[in-house]
Amino acid sequence: MALDDKHGVQTRDFKIVGTRPVRPDGLEKVTGKARFGADMALPGMLIGMILRSPHAHAHIRSIDASKALALPGVKAVVTATDFQDPGDGLRDILENCMAGEKALYDGHAVAAVAAINRSVAKRALALIDVDYEALPHVTDVDAAMRPGAPALHEDAADESVPDGWSKNVVRRYEFGHGDVDAGFAAADEVVERSFRTEAAHQGYIEPHACVASFGGDGQADLWCCTQGQYMVRATCAGIMGIEVAQLRVTASEIGGGFGGKTTVFIEPVALALSRKAGKPVKIVMSREEVFRATGPTSSSSIDVKVGMTKDGRITAGSAELRYQGGAWPGSPVEFGAMSSFAAYDLENVKTVGWDVVTNRPKQAAYRAPGAPMAAFAVESCVDELCKTLGLDPLDVRLKNASRDGSKASYGPTFDKIGLTATLATAKTHPHLSAPLGPNQGRGVACGFWFNFGGDTCVSMNIGSDGTVSVIEGNPDIGGSRAAMSQMAAEELGIPFEKVRTVIADTSSLGYNEVTDGSRVTFAVGLATIKAARDAIEKMCARAAALWGIPAEAVVWEDGCAKPAGPNAGEHEPMTLAEIAAVASETGGPIAGHYEVNADGAGVSFATHVCDVEVDPETGATKVLRYTVFQDAGKAVHPAYVEGQFQGGAVQGIGWALNEEYIYGEDGRLQNPGFLDYRIPVASDLPMIDAVIVEVPNPGHPYGVRGVGETSIVPPLAAVANAVSAACGVRMTELPMSPPKLLKAMSQKTA
Amino acid sequence: MQYAAPQTVEAAIDLLTSHEGAHVLAGGTDLLVQLRSDRVAPEVIVDIKRIDGMKSIRDDSGGFRIGAAVSAAEITEHAGLGAAWPGLVEAAGLIGSTQVQGRATIVGNLCNASPAADTTPALIAAGARIVISGPTGTREIPAEEMTTGPGRTTLAKGELVEAVRLPTRAARSGDAYLRFIPRTEMDIAVVGAGVSLSFDDAGMCQAARVALGAVAPKAVLVADAAAALIGTAIDDAALEQLAQACAAACNPIDDKRGTIEFRTQVAGVLAKRAAVAAKERAFAAQK
Repeated sequence: MALDDKHGVQTRDFKIVGTRPVRPDGLEKVTGKARFGADMALPGMLIGMILRSPHAHAHIRSIDASKALALPGVKAVVTATDFQDPGDGLRDILENCMAGEKALYDGHAVAAVAAINRSVAKRALALIDVDYEALPHVTDVDAAMRPGAPALHEDAADESVPDGWSKNVVRRYEFGHGDVDAGFAAADEVVERSFRTEAAHQGYIEPHACVASFGGDGQADLWCCTQGQYMVRATCAGIMGIEVAQLRVTASEIGGGFGGKTTVFIEPVALALSRKAGKPVKIVMSREEVFRATGPTSSSSIDVKVGMTKDGRITAGSAELRYQGGAWPGSPVEFGAMSSFAAYDLENVKTVGWDVVTNRPKQAAYRAPGAPMAAFAVESCVDELCKTLGLDPLDVRLKNASRDGSKASYGPTFDKIGLTATLATAKTHPHLSAPLGPNQGRGVACGFWFNFGGDTCVSMNIGSDGTVSVIEGNPDIGGSRAAMSQMAAEELGIPFEKVRTVIADTSSLGYNEVTDGSRVTFAVGLATIKAARDAIEKMCARAAALWGIPAEAVVWEDGCAKPAGPNAGEHEPMTLAEIAAVASETGGPIAGHYEVNADGAGVSFATHVCDVEVDPETGATKVLRYTVFQDAGKAVHPAYVEGQFQGGAVQGIGWALNEEYIYGEDGRLQNPGFLDYRIPVASDLPMIDAVIVEVPNPGHPYGVRGVGETSIVPPLAAVANAVSAACGVRMTELPMSPPKLLKAMSQKTA
Repeated sequence: MQYAAPQTVEAAIDLLTSHEGAHVLAGGTDLLVQLRSDRVAPEVIVDIKRIDGMKSIRDDSGGFRIGAAVSAAEITEHAGLGAAWPGLVEAAGLIGSTQVQGRATIVGNLCNASPAADTTPALIAAGARIVISGPTGTREIPAEEMTTGPGRTTLAKGELVEAVRLPTRAARSGDAYLRFIPRTEMDIAVVGAGVSLSFDDAGMCQAARVALGAVAPKAVLVADAAAALIGTAIDDAALEQLAQACAAACNPIDDKRGTIEFRTQVAGVLAKRAAVAAKERAFAAQK
């Protein structure tokens, strides 16, 4: 990402940034008082429920809801006919929320009902008669690409797709530079392998929930758990055909999202039911609905080729990535193709990505979307080359690592980056020299994420008692209220406890992009600092007016307005509280504000090291030790940063070892619950060691980089490299579940 | 749907006999899940927890009588059971989670008739007998005769289980239950193996029972596996024979939790490990 010259890093001694204050939302959450999506209730509220397709692919010939509507207590039924075509940008999202002519996956919504309670709503669903004509289906990415595969759409492909593929191949992307053939020719060793990964769900604990109230005057309110209330507003207003100002969206506390709550599933349905019934409607998804009908990430099929010289120089790398993104275009294969080789400074590199549709739920963003599976494939090949050539995996990565000024494999030139710092830190860490026992193996892998900035708006109100309200527009998903309060307190020069940060609804603050791309601590933090500077400018002006000197002659230091120098005259410094106390007499309330389309997010790299033990008789893998080394730029609240490092590692470990979407021959999901969709439980894991590396980001006043996503990029490869080392077989398919691993080990010995 | 909490076994039998869709409730950890997922819709739920004796663990001529509503947690905290039947106790300690174990019962585990029930192979290995009462009186059957297939038991209409009886434990005896799950807890057995062994003065195995779970439509008692151990000191050759007998007794399915191949292979591995653990316990108890 480009350097934003407007900011530039300050070298300063932080007082509050870098400390670990108690999280401001913690008490409410641990005492059960925090209000999540399902906790909202309104007078006269109805309960909405959604009827879902039992078919992976079917024509919907007709829907007869007359029996359901005749059931006492049923107030409304909606189907696709209750929505207008919202146009190209939103059509797929609407169709995912409510099927049109076809049901495209098991669990696809086909109708919804609003009734006086859950039990009536449930009975009403059973009374809706849907006439399906089942169609052939396809859920596997490679099968879906073959000519003759069952086609989901007639014309979803764009001009990037060459002839010769099925209609399910909808986009093609290509990145790279140099001449890979020449690069491979110059290599002493070339490895070429194919990899597969299964779809993994974000696994947030809180199911999607919302309450919609559509008034007779055309004004609507919506409460929901989401990663972006402004995204919900824009999407729902577009689908409902109303103006954005008429829809106010309030984000609840959020019980996890990891990217999965960056779109809508039930919100337009609740609004349509409410409009039809004339009453508020609440919809809460069951866990089964979450698995069947919200977005996991893509499954993938990837071919990688890497060439290396005997002394460990990578001469070329190429990758062909095929991601299925469910029933509509939009898999994150473009990010996969861009990020595959981002950790390496290569002369010759080429990646091609194929976006494929299948009869699966529409994928949603999942923490560094598209990057973990690409890193799994590339880092496995690099690991294999190191093994074959007898080279140290960290030395080889240091030798080839992207550094400041490297031309990235996806085009731009890197600014100041921290990959080599993470590698160097890892190299000297005790983990790397710890001995390994029998059936144990160690894996190393690097990972990269772009990090985003984007549209951001922050307001700040100075209270008359010297306290400060910060108003941000992004749900607090990973500690942003604490981080914003810290940055505001740091900039204003007041204690952390004097600042309270709240999350605004869409009518109370300017537009903010959805919480994604690890953007919030960076972009909202930047806007918070700038809003504080705006408030400081105003407070200096108030002090100047009281002192009768020009505003330029006042500076802000340690939370006080002070005369800039001897020429400004002798005046006692005024604290923020003193200025605030007399604000009414000096011009009225004092507020700071800042709006920006933030660039300069600053990419983030990580190096992970993983030790495992594989039971040779059962194929069970135990993670013994795991260490994350990641560049945070500047860690605002180190405990939260460590939490992000650990959380990403854990999700990646789950993806590597046991998590998977399992489809039957009938195209139906067989494991829509946490029993058989196995995210790791606490006892499955060691404490994840988190080592924060700080290479300041020039694009942020304090040097902050986003940290939320990079941490899930290396684990798939780190675990696979460790498992492969432990059991002596190169594992190229995820998850490495015990039956798969035991079979691979049996075939090795056979 | 009605809820009834009779005070006597007779009253419970009356309710179960007079209603078509009556379902017994003990801990409810299976029933409530089935209710919520619309798999069952009972007309009457008969809560047996208020019936005298259902919640107690009693001495039974040197053995134990465990009431049908005794929770897994009460079993795992019972010192006498822990000393005599550590394998059954460890099986009870594997059900669900700590919270679930506060409600779940081993009799419920048995009557739910999942092939993967954790306590069932342990009960079979222990030689447990099931006390059943019904409209025609009381009868007793070995644990291995309780289920006939997934979700199916030999209980007749109006019958309910009152208790589980565990026999007197001989000296130099030990049992163990091991299961394979892809993670460390909160899971369902892909394979389960219960082994109970008794040894003579010379350290030779003189009695053995081996039971497997999740490898067939019901938990199975594997006589050939026991035969492989009896008369041996549980040496490597005996263990290898045990594993082969277990693999031969497997009749599993391929499903989302494991393949036929995997279950068959791991059944032998777990049985071997359980036998080694049972032997260690037999001699540790001796000291």
